[in-house]
Amino acid sequence: MKTKKKNKFIKNNVGFFFVIPWLIGFCVFKAYPFLSSFFYSFTDYNLFKGITKFTLENYANVFMNAAERKSLIITFKYAFMTVPLKLVAALFIAYILNFKIKGVNFFRTAYYIPSILGGSVAIAVLWKALFQDDGLIRTAFAAIGIEMPHFMSNPSWALFMICLLRVWQFGSAMVIFLAALKGVSNDLYEAASIDGAGKWTQFFHITVPLITPVIFYNLVTQLVQAFQEFNGPYIITKGGPLGSTTLMSLLIYNNAFTSYNMGKACAQAWVLFAILMVFTAIAFWSQKHWVYYADEDGR
Amino acid sequence: MANTKTKTLSQAQARIERRRITSVIVRYVILIVVGLIMVYPLIWMVGATFKQNSEIFTTLNPIPKEPTTQGYIDAMKSYGGNINIWRAMLNTYSYVIPEVVLTIISSVLTAYGFARFRFKGHDIMFTAMMAMLFLPQVVLNVPQYLLYNKFGWVGSPFYLALIVPTAFATETYFIFMLIQFLRNIPKDLEEAAAIDGCNTLQTLVRIIVPMLMPAIVSCALFKFMWSSNDFLGPLLYVNTPAKYPATIFVKLSMDADTGFNWNRVLATSLISILPNICVFFAAQNQFVDGISAGGVKG
Repeated sequence: MKTKKKNKFIKNNVGFFFVIPWLIGFCVFKAYPFLSSFFYSFTDYNLFKGITKFTLENYANVFMNAAERKSLIITFKYAFMTVPLKLVAALFIAYILNFKIKGVNFFRTAYYIPSILGGSVAIAVLWKALFQDDGLIRTAFAAIGIEMPHFMSNPSWALFMICLLRVWQFGSAMVIFLAALKGVSNDLYEAASIDGAGKWTQFFHITVPLITPVIFYNLVTQLVQAFQEFNGPYIITKGGPLGSTTLMSLLIYNNAFTSYNMGKACAQAWVLFAILMVFTAIAFWSQKHWVYYADEDGR
Repeated sequence: MANTKTKTLSQAQARIERRRITSVIVRYVILIVVGLIMVYPLIWMVGATFKQNSEIFTTLNPIPKEPTTQGYIDAMKSYGGNINIWRAMLNTYSYVIPEVVLTIISSVLTAYGFARFRFKGHDIMFTAMMAMLFLPQVVLNVPQYLLYNKFGWVGSPFYLALIVPTAFATETYFIFMLIQFLRNIPKDLEEAAAIDGCNTLQTLVRIIVPMLMPAIVSCALFKFMWSSNDFLGPLLYVNTPAKYPATIFVKLSMDADTGFNWNRVLATSLISILPNICVFFAAQNQFVDGISAGGVKG
C-alpha cells in the first residue's frame, strides 16, 4: 500500500528528477555565491586575513573614492559609446543586406566572423598590434604623411580604441536584425512606395517600428555585455593609461585578485549589478511605449 | 502634343531606372567598403605572420615582400618551462570538450523536465531558471572563486572549477533555447512511445533527442566557441604553467615578446584560433540559424 502511494508520487513528479541537476547547480553555483557575495560586500573580507568587521565603507567608496568613481564613469562612457554605435552599424548593414543583394551569404559571413572570433585573446593581441603607438595604424599612416593619435598613451583615445574592438563585432546583432527584417512583409513597402514614400521614409516609418522588439532585445543584451567588458582592457591596455580604461569589471578583478580585498570587490560588483538591473528594468518598463508587438490586440 | 507626352514619360522612366541603378551601386559600394574594413585586420594578421619583423608595421599591404616562416618556426619553440603552443592547445581542448558534452547533457535533461512535465514547484523553479538569464556573471566571479577555493578546485590539474559546474546546467541560455525548440515539437510521438511501453528516459533518448538535434548542434557549437575563447575562467582557476590553455599562453607570449618579435606573437595567436575558424566555416549556417532562432548573445 505504502509503496503504491510512493510510486504514484514518483509518477506524478517524474519531471522533477530531470531538473535535479539544474536545481543543484542553481543552489550551489548561482544562488549561494550570489547571496554570499551580498554578505561579503558589507565586510572587510580579505582572502588571507578573513573578516574583521562589518562596514558600509565599501559602498561609500564606490562613489566617494576618486579612482573608483572614475572607473564607474568610464564604464558608463564605454557602454554608451559602444552600444549605440554597434546597434546603428548592425541595423544599417542588415537593412542594406535585406535588399536583393547578390552574394548575401558571402557578405553575411564576412560581417559575422569578427563576432565569432572577437572575444578571443588572439584578436585582442591583434588589436594591440594595430593600435599600439608604434603599431600598424600609426606607422603606416605616418608613412603617407597622416599623423594618427596615440591610441595607447592618450587616455581618451585609449578608451575609444577599446570601444572599437567591440563595435567591430556588430555581426551577431546584425544577423538577428537580418532575421527580423526578413519577417517584414513586402506588401507594406509596396503600399508605401505607391503612396510616394522614399526609401528613408520607409525605413523610419515601416521597418524600424515593426522590428522594435528585436531592437529592444539587442539593446538589453548589448548593454548587459558592455557593462561587463573585461578582456579588452585587461589584455590590450592593462587598464591604462592613467586608469583611463579601467572598466568596473577590471577594477573588481584587480581588487579581488591582486590585492585580495574580496569585500570591496563584492561591493563594486553589486553596484554594477544594481546598475544593470536598473537599465534592464527601464528597458522593460519603457518598452510598452515604443515596442510594437504584432500579435497583441488593439495596438 | 502626344509626342512630347510620351517623351516626358520615357524620360521619367529613364530617370527612375537611373536612380535605381545608382542606389544599387551605392549599396554594393557600402557593403564592400565596410566589409573590407571588417575583414582587413584578419587578412593583415595572416599576412603579418609571414613577414619579417622589420616589415610588419611599415605598410598596410597585407602581402609580405620577403615571405618567411620564421614566425611559425619561433611559435613552435617553448618560452621555457614545459609549455608550448601545442601543449597549451591540448590543455584547452582537454576541458572544452568535457564542458561541451556535460553542458549539452545537463541542459537537455533540464529543458525536457521543464517543458514536458508538471510537478510540485514547477512554476517557481521555472521562474528562478528564467531569472538566471538576467544574472550577470560579473557579480558571481568573486564569490564563485571563494567557493571553488574552499572546494580545493582552484589550480586543480583536472580543471575541476571549469568543468564541474557545466554538469549542473549552469548555461541558462541553452536551456532557454532548447525549451523554445521543444515547444514547437508536437507531443504525438512521445505519447505513441509511451503506449509502446517506453519509459520517460527512453522517450527522451529515442524520440526527443533526435528531434532536438538541430538545436543541440547549435548549442554545442556556441559552447565550444565560448569555452575555447574563455580567458577569465582559466586566468582565475589555472595556476600551473604546464596546465595553461591557449588563451593564457597567447597572452603571456605577447607580454614576453612585445616590441621585437611580433611575427612570432601573431603566428602563435593565429594558430590558437585556427580550430575555431575551421569550426566556424564548417558550420556557419548552424551558427546563423542558432543566433537568429534563439537569440543567443555573441
